[in-house]
Amino acid sequence: MSPENAILWAIAVPLIGSIGILLTGKIANLRETVTLVTAVIMFLIVGSLTHIVLSGERPSVTLFEFLPGLTVTFTVEPLGMLFGLIASGLWIINSIYSIGYMRGNNEGNQTRFYFFFAIALASAVGVSFAGNMLTLFICYEILTLCTFPLVTHSGKPEAMKSGRTYLGILLGTSIGLQLLAIIWTWHATGTLDFKAGGILDGHVSGAAISVLLFLYMYGIGKAALMPIHRWLPAAMVAPTPVSALLHAVAVVKAGVFTVVKVIVYIFGYEFLAEQLTTNWLVYVAGFTILAASIVALRQDNLKRRLAYSTISQLSYVVMAAAILAPLSIMGAVLHIAAHAVGKITLFFAAGSIYTAAHKTEVSQLNGIGRKMPWTMGAFAIAALSMIGVPPTAGFLSKWYILMGALSVEHYFAIGVIVLSTLLNTGYFIPVIYNAFFKEADDKDDPHANHGEAPLPMVIALTATAIATVLLFFFSGLPLELATQVVGK
Amino acid sequence: MSATLSAHLPALQVVLPLIAAPFCVILRKSAAAWFIALVFSWVSLGISIMLLEQVLTHGPISYLLGSWPAPWGIEYKVDKLSAFIMLIVTSIGSITMIFAPKSVNLEIPKDRVYLFYTMYLLTFAGLLGITITGDAFNLFVFLEISSLSSYVLISLGSERNALTAALRYLILGTVGATFYIIGVGLMYQMTGTLNIADLAERLPEVAETRTILVALGFVTVGIGLKLGLFPLHVWLPNAYAYAPSVVTAFLAATATKVAVYMLLRVYFTIFGTDIFAALPIDEFLLVLGLIAIVTMSGVAIYQNNAKRLLAYSSVAQVGYMVIGISMVTATGLTATILHLFNHAMIKGALFLALAAVFYRIKSVKIDDMAGLGKEMPYTMAAFVVGGFSLVGVPLTVGFISKWYLILGALEKGWWPVAALILFSSLLAVIYFWKVIEVAYFKPRPESADTVSDVPLSMLIPLWVLVGANIFFGTNSNLTVSTAMGAAKALIGGAP
Repeated sequence: MSPENAILWAIAVPLIGSIGILLTGKIANLRETVTLVTAVIMFLIVGSLTHIVLSGERPSVTLFEFLPGLTVTFTVEPLGMLFGLIASGLWIINSIYSIGYMRGNNEGNQTRFYFFFAIALASAVGVSFAGNMLTLFICYEILTLCTFPLVTHSGKPEAMKSGRTYLGILLGTSIGLQLLAIIWTWHATGTLDFKAGGILDGHVSGAAISVLLFLYMYGIGKAALMPIHRWLPAAMVAPTPVSALLHAVAVVKAGVFTVVKVIVYIFGYEFLAEQLTTNWLVYVAGFTILAASIVALRQDNLKRRLAYSTISQLSYVVMAAAILAPLSIMGAVLHIAAHAVGKITLFFAAGSIYTAAHKTEVSQLNGIGRKMPWTMGAFAIAALSMIGVPPTAGFLSKWYILMGALSVEHYFAIGVIVLSTLLNTGYFIPVIYNAFFKEADDKDDPHANHGEAPLPMVIALTATAIATVLLFFFSGLPLELATQVVGK
Repeated sequence: MSATLSAHLPALQVVLPLIAAPFCVILRKSAAAWFIALVFSWVSLGISIMLLEQVLTHGPISYLLGSWPAPWGIEYKVDKLSAFIMLIVTSIGSITMIFAPKSVNLEIPKDRVYLFYTMYLLTFAGLLGITITGDAFNLFVFLEISSLSSYVLISLGSERNALTAALRYLILGTVGATFYIIGVGLMYQMTGTLNIADLAERLPEVAETRTILVALGFVTVGIGLKLGLFPLHVWLPNAYAYAPSVVTAFLAATATKVAVYMLLRVYFTIFGTDIFAALPIDEFLLVLGLIAIVTMSGVAIYQNNAKRLLAYSSVAQVGYMVIGISMVTATGLTATILHLFNHAMIKGALFLALAAVFYRIKSVKIDDMAGLGKEMPYTMAAFVVGGFSLVGVPLTVGFISKWYLILGALEKGWWPVAALILFSSLLAVIYFWKVIEVAYFKPRPESADTVSDVPLSMLIPLWVLVGANIFFGTNSNLTVSTAMGAAKALIGGAP
């Protein structure tokens, strides 16, 4: 298969799979097989592009021209390659997990669930392979729309309310700000292609750059910069597999991925570094990191705590990119990968606790580590990665971000990282401690006699926990891709 | 033979439906009347396509009725803009006619169905006449033909309110037509001609006179009434809400478009862009357009009748077109002309979807549409795609027009305008999502009968329009290049 065809198939396969899911909806086992097979094929196709990208090629394919001079084009470059690998790879594991979760909790409308999940993955890979800003925007919007039915899956009034917040903020920011920024960019430069070094140099200058940066950064609502972060906790009403893959990986990473992409390929980080008016982004992101961590500290609901932790971790990526040093941008790229495997594990654990023990609050988890050693073990590893303890992936990315901040002597960023590491410790370590070392206090609970979650779920969360560690020891591929992104 | 026939296409375009209309009355049979309307709509569509082709390859066509030379005789004139508008009117007409019979038989008493088709053909002929004529007075005649017959069409609605809605439209529509003819009269007084090309030549000499400026004012208000330009739109929501479903779909997609066409003709062909220096009508239009897109979208949010909701949305959409005109630039006019076509596809699809809903559940109240997502999956899916297009989601036609409109605003440096356009798109998300939420996420009430989707004879035309939304949203070469060509011709002044 030529790389051009591989790009198209990587997007087409999940779409075809979604139709297969609809057709086999009546037979649950067959439907789940379709999902798994689709996920595996998609991952293989995406994976087949890796060595081509590593060798320096940038395969590109144009689908059609939909406005004069503007095309729907997909181009694979290192950053998109990494995001594509993460999203499609974790989809396999997530599908295994979903099977356990959806059946274990007797969820309704499962065909709809798997159908939109497949479309969400197609659009996530579309985002990662987008060759120009307009293509990215299209896939970004489709990703928003097709995850709405997943967020409101239960159909309860509370879910509908959250769904409105979700859609309102994501569509509002993207149409109101991002689209304006895109049309402005097109108006000013006559191109929307992603180019190393950016496209704006010589076309936009002075304070206008800062305004444009503002439109982009707040137009990418999926990156959840404060104060447009509220959709993310709202999305937690979704079934946990959705929170795990979409709201810890695909959707939110599409957000910070777009941020990095815009900073590196639209503005050009060297061009931005010359500007005097654009360093506000570091401070906004730094504030989000700290504020979200403090809020996370006060959440008793486990999924909400994880959601705020995600908001904080996403801003790590934004801040790292905004420091504008090559090393910190590498850190941003690595953090997209590191946070993905870590956070999906945490959500998997939360979902398996809910399925096995019917518990949702942090305060109910005393002693649960003894009944669910695999789940809580994985949780502990992933939490350590969030804090940044070696030997986990989180250490690696934090290291690069810190190095980058030091290289340009950005002491605010360094302070934020140190402080937030303390806060991360503050909201994760007590959970682990209580789970393993405190006595259970749920003697009266009818669900007290539970063991581990269903096997597929345990397999999935163990796999991602192992991946968190492996990423530390075998970091060659992501590092190489990250190096190519900054071009140094 | 074929050469002579093709030379007479401009006349046939108007004469054929005019002649066909009486046959419907003579035959009186519903089926026969429908058949005539269907055939003549499609013939007109064919003629439109041929005319557009001729214009694109050979340039504007001038046709002298009865071979009387202009400016004494009546001249028919086809340029890119009018050919494009005729394509819109005839394609919407052809598609709604396929859709019509089942819906019409349900909503209109059996003994009056032939009247529906008669009036439809007259409206159709009138709209085409407005578009094709090169004579300002002849335009008035066609305006009256289309208006009078559309009043009848609206009054055919099954609720009694349809009569008051039609009456209100009749009064305001007649005021509008009168204003227009007063304006034309004043222009005639100053120039002594009614031929549009001739007017364009002679007006500059007298452009600064008060009479001509008054004429411009009268014509603007007159057309503004037909257009549903805020705040002259008061007739529109009720007319759309109470008219038979098919009528709403046809009129919403064509009548306001033709009114915009009249505005473009008067401003850019007859008066020319210099007139805006004498009378700041562009700024006036901009303000009205902005108020329309924000307030009318806001009002739409609070509607419980889906047809009325879309009617308010139409008033808002007219606002977009007027904003494009007010830019007085090639990009702005391109956006307006594009949106004429695109909005016809969008609203045509949405109103046909509602017609299908009404066909099954006898209501278009949003509350009554609960659970329809499951029961009428194909109709509601069409509604969803149409709604996405209305909002301006990429890969739909709505996105294309919005793109050019915002580009036009940025070219002028009108940042707040660009922001307001986007803001009103968000309002569109809200009112459209209201329907989606009820249809897809609320269960069907226990008391309601289960319904199935509508027959293929309705689904196919509906989905043809939906398909057009996506096709021209992903492949905008034809529409954009035609609209651009038409816009440049207008802004250049020459007809």
